[in-house]
Parts: sequence; C-alpha cells; structure tokens
Amino acid sequence: MKQEIIIAGFGGQGVLSMGKILAYGALMNDLEVTWMPSYGPEQRGGTANVTVVISDTRISSPIVDTYDVAVILNQQSLDKFEHSVKPGGLLIYDPYGIHRMPERKDIRIIEVKAMDATIEYGNAKSYNMILLGSLIKVDPIVSIDNVLKGLKKVLPERHHHLLPANEKAVKIGMELVNE
Amino acid sequence: MKQEDIICPENRVYAKPRLLNDNTMHYCPGCSHGVVHRIIAEILDEEGYADNTVGVAPVGCAVFAYKYIDVDWVEAAHGRAPALATAIKRLNPDRLVFTYQGDGDLAAIGTGETIHAANRAENITIIFINNGIYGMTGGQMAPTTLEGMKTATTPYGRRIDLNGYPLNISELLAKLDGTCYVTRQSVDTPAAVKKAKKAIAQAFANSMAGRGTSVVEILGTCASGWKMSPHDANLWMREHMGEHYQLGDLKNEVKQ
Amino acid sequence: MNQEVKLMKGNEAIAHAAIRYGVDGYFGYPITPQSEVLETLEAEMPWETTGMVVLQAESEIASINMVYGGAATGKAVMTSSSSPGISLMQEGISYLAASELPALIVNVMRGGPGLGTIHPSQSDYFQATKGGGHGDYHLIVLAPATVQEMADFVGLGFDLAFKYRTPAMILADGIVGQMMEKVVLPEPRPRRTEEEIARQCPWAATGHSHGRKPNVVTSLELDSALMEKNNERFQRTYREIEKNEVRYESYHTEDAEYLIVAFGTVARICLKAIEDARAEGIKVGLIRPITLWPFPYDAIAEASKTCKGILVTELNAGQMIEDVRLAVGRNMNVRHFGRMGGIVPNPSEILSALKKELIGE
Repeated sequence: MKQEIIIAGFGGQGVLSMGKILAYGALMNDLEVTWMPSYGPEQRGGTANVTVVISDTRISSPIVDTYDVAVILNQQSLDKFEHSVKPGGLLIYDPYGIHRMPERKDIRIIEVKAMDATIEYGNAKSYNMILLGSLIKVDPIVSIDNVLKGLKKVLPERHHHLLPANEKAVKIGMELVNE
Repeated sequence: MKQEDIICPENRVYAKPRLLNDNTMHYCPGCSHGVVHRIIAEILDEEGYADNTVGVAPVGCAVFAYKYIDVDWVEAAHGRAPALATAIKRLNPDRLVFTYQGDGDLAAIGTGETIHAANRAENITIIFINNGIYGMTGGQMAPTTLEGMKTATTPYGRRIDLNGYPLNISELLAKLDGTCYVTRQSVDTPAAVKKAKKAIAQAFANSMAGRGTSVVEILGTCASGWKMSPHDANLWMREHMGEHYQLGDLKNEVKQ
Repeated sequence: MNQEVKLMKGNEAIAHAAIRYGVDGYFGYPITPQSEVLETLEAEMPWETTGMVVLQAESEIASINMVYGGAATGKAVMTSSSSPGISLMQEGISYLAASELPALIVNVMRGGPGLGTIHPSQSDYFQATKGGGHGDYHLIVLAPATVQEMADFVGLGFDLAFKYRTPAMILADGIVGQMMEKVVLPEPRPRRTEEEIARQCPWAATGHSHGRKPNVVTSLELDSALMEKNNERFQRTYREIEKNEVRYESYHTEDAEYLIVAFGTVARICLKAIEDARAEGIKVGLIRPITLWPFPYDAIAEASKTCKGILVTELNAGQMIEDVRLAVGRNMNVRHFGRMGGIVPNPSEILSALKKELIGE
C-alpha cells in the first residue's frame, strides 16, 4: 500500500500544516511517511504545496512524478497538477477561486465547498481541517482518531484548547462529501 | 664589592614577570607591544589568573603574542578575535578571556565582530593597541591613521576626501550598552605605564565579575612605521595621536 | 529498545541530535533553507538542560570563528548554514583544518552561484570535498539521504572529527533539510566534563594549565621546514581517514548492467527510477556514497566491472562525476544527468536520462 498525495494552494491556506497533520496521522497509523514542502517566500502569500507519501514499506523517493491524490485549492495549482494525477486517482478541489473546472475523465473528481463551509462555521482557521476531513472521508488512508492524535502533536500545548474546534471542523469536512 | 653583593635579592628593584618567557621578541626597538605584554604578564601573575586564562591573539604585529606570555592562547583569523573570545568565554565562563588586537584587526577588518561582541556585553576584555598604522605588513594606512599622516598607502599624507576620517572606535564602543569600561591609555612614560596597568587590571576584574565588555585602548608607537627614533615616536605620539585620541576613561560604570 | 519514533524535518533532527549528543555549543546565522536548526535550538533552550550554549551570531564569519574559538578549548561545537553562508565561512574552516580542530559544519545546500536560489541543490560538492578554503586540506564530508541520517550524522561527524582532530561537514541538500519523515533520535548522553575534555584533548587551550606547558592553538608557522612538516602531518591524517572511513550504500549492484551513482536525497529519487527501470527489465544498480570525502573509489570501480555504463545524477552541472571518472578510468562510459537552479528531477526524468545516455533509446 502506498499513496502519493499532493496538497496545493495559496500560502496561508494551511496547506503545509494540513499535510503535516496528515503525516502525523500516518505516523500514528504506524505507516512510513515523508512530507516534502515547497518552501521559502512563496509560503508567504504565493503558491505553496506539499507532497506527502504514505506507505507500509520503506519510502524511496520523497519526490514523485504522479500522484494518487491531489488536493487543489487554487487555479494555478489545478493547472499545474491536474495532469499529474495517476489514471484512476483522486482529485479533490475547492471551487472557490477556481474558474476553469477540472476536465480529466479518467480520475475521480470530488468538489468540496470547503471555503463556503468555513465561512458558515465562522472560523477562518479551520479551512484546512475541513478539507482534511473531506480527504479522509473519501480516502480513508488515515483514521479520524489518528488525524486528531496527529493534530495534538502538531499543535503546541498552549493551543490545545483549540482541539475541540478543530475536531468539529474535521467532522464538518467529512459531512461535506457523501460517498 | 663583589658582583654577588650587588646582584642579590635585597637589591632587586625589578624582575621580569614570571609569565613573560625568554623567547626573543620580534618587536622593533621602541615598539609599545613589549611594554603592554609585560604589564599583562604581571597582572596575570599578580592577580592569580595564570592558570585560568585564555588569550586570543590577532593578526598583525602581535600575532605572536602567544610566544611571549605563558598562558593558553588561541590565534585568531584577522579581525575575528572577539568572535573567538565570545565562544571561549561562554563555553568556559569561569576563565579570564581577553583579546589583544591592533587597529587594523579591531577597527577595520574586525569592526563587526568587535561591535557585536561588545554589544552582547560579552564578559571579555579587549586590549586594543592603536598606533595609527599597519606595522606588520609594512606601514600602510590604518583606520586610525591621522589626517596628513604619511604611510605606505598614503604616501602624501592621509586625505579626508580620499580616505575618510580617523576612526574613533573606542568612543563608538563606549556608547554601546554592552560595555562597562572603555578607557584610553598610553605606555610612553613610567607614570602612563602604571596607569595602563591599573586599567587592564580593572578590565580583567570586570570580566571575571561578569560586568560586560571592557575595552582598554592603548595609544602605541610604531617607530619603524612612523620612521622615527623610539624617543621621537613617543613625543610625536603624545603630541599628535594624543590630540585626536584623548587619553582617559571614556566610560567607567564600575565605581571603585 | 523502547525508542520513540518522531516525525520531523531534517533541520530539526540536526538540532535535537546535537542536544542529545552532548554538543557544547552551536553558533549560527539564519539563512534559508536551514534556519530551523537555530530556531529549534532556541526553542528547546538546551542551556537550561544540558548546558549547551546556543548563540545567534552577527554573521556566518563570526559563527565559524566562534566555532574555531570553542573548538580550540576542546569543546564539541558546531554551526550550520547554507551555500552562500558556507562560502563566507571558508577562511574559518581552513583555520580549523590547519589548527587540527574537531568541529561540525552543516551545509544544507541551495542553488548557486551567487545569491542563487533558496531551492535545493548539490552544487557545493567541489567546495566541500576538494578543500573549499585556501590551502591543502580536506573535511570529512557526510551526505545524508534521510532525516534519520541527518540525526545520526551529528554524532558520527563529531566522533570522526574528534578521532582525527579535523573538522567534519554534513553536506545535505535543501530537500532533506526541509522534508519531514520518521526519525529515532539518539539516546541522550551528558556533555563531557572538564576532566574528560582535558584527557581527550590534551592540546586544548582550556585556560586551565595547572602545571602543564601552555597550550597554543594556531595555524601560523613561518618556518617553512616546520610548516611543511605540519602539512605532511595533515596529509598522513587524510591518508588514515581514506583508509578507514569510506562509507557507501549499494542497491541491486549484484546483477547490474548499468550503474547510477548519486548522493543525498537524489539517490532516493534514483532508487525509485531504478525500481521503475527494473520493472521494465533494465538491470540498474545504485551506489550512494555516504562519505563524499573520503570517496568510495574502490567500491565504484568494483561495481562497475560488470557494467556497460554509469549515470552520475546530481543537482549540479557535473561535480561528483569527476570522482566517478577517477574511480573507473577512461574506458567506462560515464555520463551525467543533472538539474540546476533548484530544480529537482522526478524519477521518470532520471529513467529517461538513463535510457538516453546509456542505452541509446
């Protein structure tokens, strides 16, 4: 079992930390994992992406050509990564800010209106957690329990009072997709 | 009267300090370094620092300071002595750590390290020999060379419009919050030597007491570089260097 | 053994490993992509626990000279930086080598020349393995490919540095510095006591002379005959290191008709390319030099015996390839595939290069 996942969007959308929580979740699931970010100034407002490879065997390359799963949060990332999804793979996208919808016919495409849900929830910082919820609902590579354990690892202790709000956000995300 | 009657402990008025060894110094006749080395060696012995000191030698005429004073030394790259001293002191906080630097080392290539070590209030002593010239490389202009002073690279005299102003680095260091004691001394007369010795002893005491950075600038002579006799160099130093670089304490936050 | 598996970046692993190894001091200056080393150390506050000194210096020049000062007193001291910062440090590194001081320098490489890019590169191979600063010297150069090796090479680097009294370098690329994966950190051990340092480093300028002759740490020797003797001593040490400390890993070399030589994270991307190649029936093996100096010349020569060609894959214009050519001689077809400027090739690019350069497809 191996999944090569890319999460791509704008800096500030929580792309890197979403990947991080997913990676920690995989760690909790006792899987091998690599988390490889794009880094530098582009984190501060430009495009940002992170590649997470999760496997039950040793991972050779943290850099891959094609992805089993792409989580796409802006137009630039859709343009860049739509064609890198493996045939039969999965593309999750938020239509907010996307004007050209994905066109591939040989992959599963799931629309998640995470931004709308975030606005409705009223907690701007929960955007990436809502998306993560949707992701693990569609692609249960990591259990929700382990995602929440991962979140606990990523959040500094002084922010642990935010855990319930984040758990709620994950659940909102899970409910956004009906499989 | 026999020779033994004259050379006996009762008649001794001066002895070479224990920590100043018998290596032949490479300094030119009339150079100030020898005197400053001697008073440092005296203080290290008298104040009980001999087995508890790391000196940091510069690049410049005093590059071989480690050959003459018998304590542990590290020889720094040009200008970097305060960076070395920072680490040595922080990693060995009970040791006396001092740097010994010339004007090129401290006030040109090493300005950054000097200012930042002093600004961090490193508990080190910086002994700064200012003779307004690069002695070791053959008498080129130093940052502290006076206006009009002839050197190998200012053969017609230092021009402000070409070379900028003589750098009063000690005045600059005195303004930093990290320094506790900044003083300018000389070693051209016995009285001046006594005062300079007192100043270095004070600086060492500050370093051991953790009061911040102490800087002892000593106006030195470079008879060879200035192309003067040692005697004339001393007179010229007091008249000209002393005029631009006023002797005395620039800052002393330690009340005696 | 009940070892906790953690998930962290390579840069963070270096910081944690340093604290656990009992490093006495870290001195550094921020530069992307390795600032997490200093940031992690400042956040961990090891001065409260192990007594380790951590200091943000005013420049890379000050950092390496702080390392030089600390190392001269026998302490285990280190710095980290990225390519332009490492260039600034070269004078100090030369002094460390010439004064026979153990120290650890971490270079998380970014693309150059000049200010270049913050993205990953391996273009400091020449600088790291052929000297870097002025004079005849070598560093022991370790090239990690995993976050685990980032952690492990801190201890290995210091052990080798103290064993041979010479500075060691971890030459990482920005990928392994920035990526997170699982790591088991080394068991914590106490910093050495003053007595242990005095015993291990009788040469150190500790300031505590207590009856011994003063110790002077210097690289200066104006007597040419003595300076030549110093150089001969350095060279004897380097020959010893070459004899004892070559490290490399090989994969699938037993039946390989083609060989890829790559170091650092690139070797892992190559490994995936090799898996893909083998799935197509192309027999490719990999040699990953772990010590870039000393270089595994013999291992590569041996593995190449059954091979028709070698592809050297690097994030540069062709640097390690010179050592591979030295290893195998002129009769072997040795080709290069490199990306520059911060671009990291995909496994498929490497596989295409292999087919194009060696198989003629």
